[in-house]
Amino acid sequence: MDIVYTIWLRNMTRYLRSKSRIVGSLGMPLFFLVVLGFGLNSTVSIPGMGQGYIGFIIPGIISMSVLFTSVFSGIQIIWDKQFGFLKETLVAPVSRLEIMLGQTFGGATSAVLQGLIILVLSLFIGLKITSVSGFLIAFAFMLLIGLSFTAFGIAIASRMEDMQGFQLIINFVIFPIFGLSGALFPIDRLPSWMKVLTLLDPLTYGVEGIRYGLSGTSQIHPVFSFAVLTGFTVFIVVMGAYLFRKINV
Amino acid sequence: MTAIQVENLTKRFNGFVAVDNISFSINSSEIFGLLGPNGAGKSTTMAMLSTMLKPTSGSASVNNFDILKNEDDVRKSIGIVFQDPSLDEELTAYENMDFHGRLYRVPKKIRQKNIIELLKLVELEKRKDNLVKTFSGGMRRRLEIARGLLHEPRVLFLDEPTLGLDSQTRNLLWEYIEKLSKEKGITIILTTHYMEEADRLCDRVAIIDQGKIIALDTPEKLKEGIGGDVITIKSPDCDRLYSKINTLPWVTYAEPHNGSVTISLQNAEKHVAEIVNLASGDGIAIDSISIHEPTLEDVFLHFTGRAIRDEKSSSKDHIRMMRSVRRR
Ligand SMILES: Nc1ncnc2c1ncn2[C@@H]1O[C@H](COP(=O)(O)OP(=O)(O)OP(=O)(O)O)[C@@H](O)[C@H]1O
Ligand SMILES: [Mg+2]
Repeated sequence: MDIVYTIWLRNMTRYLRSKSRIVGSLGMPLFFLVVLGFGLNSTVSIPGMGQGYIGFIIPGIISMSVLFTSVFSGIQIIWDKQFGFLKETLVAPVSRLEIMLGQTFGGATSAVLQGLIILVLSLFIGLKITSVSGFLIAFAFMLLIGLSFTAFGIAIASRMEDMQGFQLIINFVIFPIFGLSGALFPIDRLPSWMKVLTLLDPLTYGVEGIRYGLSGTSQIHPVFSFAVLTGFTVFIVVMGAYLFRKINV
Repeated sequence: MTAIQVENLTKRFNGFVAVDNISFSINSSEIFGLLGPNGAGKSTTMAMLSTMLKPTSGSASVNNFDILKNEDDVRKSIGIVFQDPSLDEELTAYENMDFHGRLYRVPKKIRQKNIIELLKLVELEKRKDNLVKTFSGGMRRRLEIARGLLHEPRVLFLDEPTLGLDSQTRNLLWEYIEKLSKEKGITIILTTHYMEEADRLCDRVAIIDQGKIIALDTPEKLKEGIGGDVITIKSPDCDRLYSKINTLPWVTYAEPHNGSVTISLQNAEKHVAEIVNLASGDGIAIDSISIHEPTLEDVFLHFTGRAIRDEKSSSKDHIRMMRSVRRR
């Protein structure tokens, strides 16, 4: 555990130090929140959701923030590889599993912090948190998204030689995961082919879980969401650990 | 006491032999050098000994731990400075050290004490809270060496410790390394392609070329081994000059290489005039002649027929090196 903590600590130190990155990566989620939220609030109404369209997408935008921060944190390993720092970690008498878990917890923590910043900012545009338990449920789902997608980033980074494929991954993997997740639209009235894709997207269950926690309603039962997302997290952490074990420097 | 024992160690990369069946042993408290040109297999050897790379065949032990069977014990007992930088630039010097100490499970009290002591040793204590990205190349190298010592390893690996540093910084680093060896008695294995570095620092030097060890001894013995003095003659017509000189009875060894002929012989002063006469008699132009005691460069040339580095990158260093040899 001490090693996991050490790696986590390094991630936190770097995260807290990079003020411009913290602010910078709030840009896109806030943009979506404001432009889509206010732009569509008067024209789009979603049955069964009391808070209007803005209230509907806040959980989606929180998920987005957690998703992107965690994937970036996982992929960070490639930079460590290129700047040589990974060697220093790998030559130490510690197991690769500990290193990988430390990286995963570190990435997840910074991702959840980014999500919480969006959550707090959302309070100013109409989000109301009605119960502590609701908040804790949302928090738990944020953590699961953070853990699974940091591990996902690590899995990708373990197979990538350099940053060349980075843009590709963002455009063809991460954006679709976000777009198909039901972060921006309700999933129950989609055409059936699209609904299938949505239900295959693990982020959907995270968005739905956060939505349940923050607004009390969701289209997927929160217990089911929790089970699916937990299963996905375990699977992807194991896979990330497996791929990281074989990383070459 | 043996610190490192290497037996028939071999590494192949898809058929290409990078390290070819090498064997040697290093005594504790010794400074041992692997000297060789680019691509000789120095870093690959270091990577195998530090358990970062699995050998294709052969065996080795470090501090009596087998590199294959006791990987973790080997890792705990060594410190390593890689050829390429390996610091976290976004952390401070202290944080880099602290991270390392925690990774090696150095207890907090000892960790804090050692960090300060080591930063003092490499004269970085005042900069301990500065981010590494604000450090110069020499400062980074010093920090890496200090970091490698934090968990009190018995063997320190230094892969090209002074590569790319100016001569002043290099001299400073040499002093640190000598101090370390003297005061702490740790065994140091270093790789280099700087002759002067091997000559000055190492108790023994293994000259390595194309994956093979071609000579191994103290620098003094290696130099004595090629006998007497060395004359290097620069000439536009060096092949013809070589064929003239090679047959002379008092030449023990001659070798043409990139525009020069290097000759090993006894009593060089006596024969210089003779060489000049011979050359001018045949109309062979001579640009310059230098007489010096043998250097490790000459040793390398003697064994391989090649200069250790191509003329372009080495000429400046070469001049500096000759000067330093003459000063002694
Ligand atoms: N991972 C690898 N895959 C394939 N070939 C490799 C690999 N690592 C090293 N080599 C090859 O093995 C040979 C020895 O490399 P090595 O890095 O050990 O040389 P070196 O003596 O350290 O040289 P330098 O002075 O340039 O650092 C080189 O020809 C190199 O191209
Ligand atoms: Mg090397």
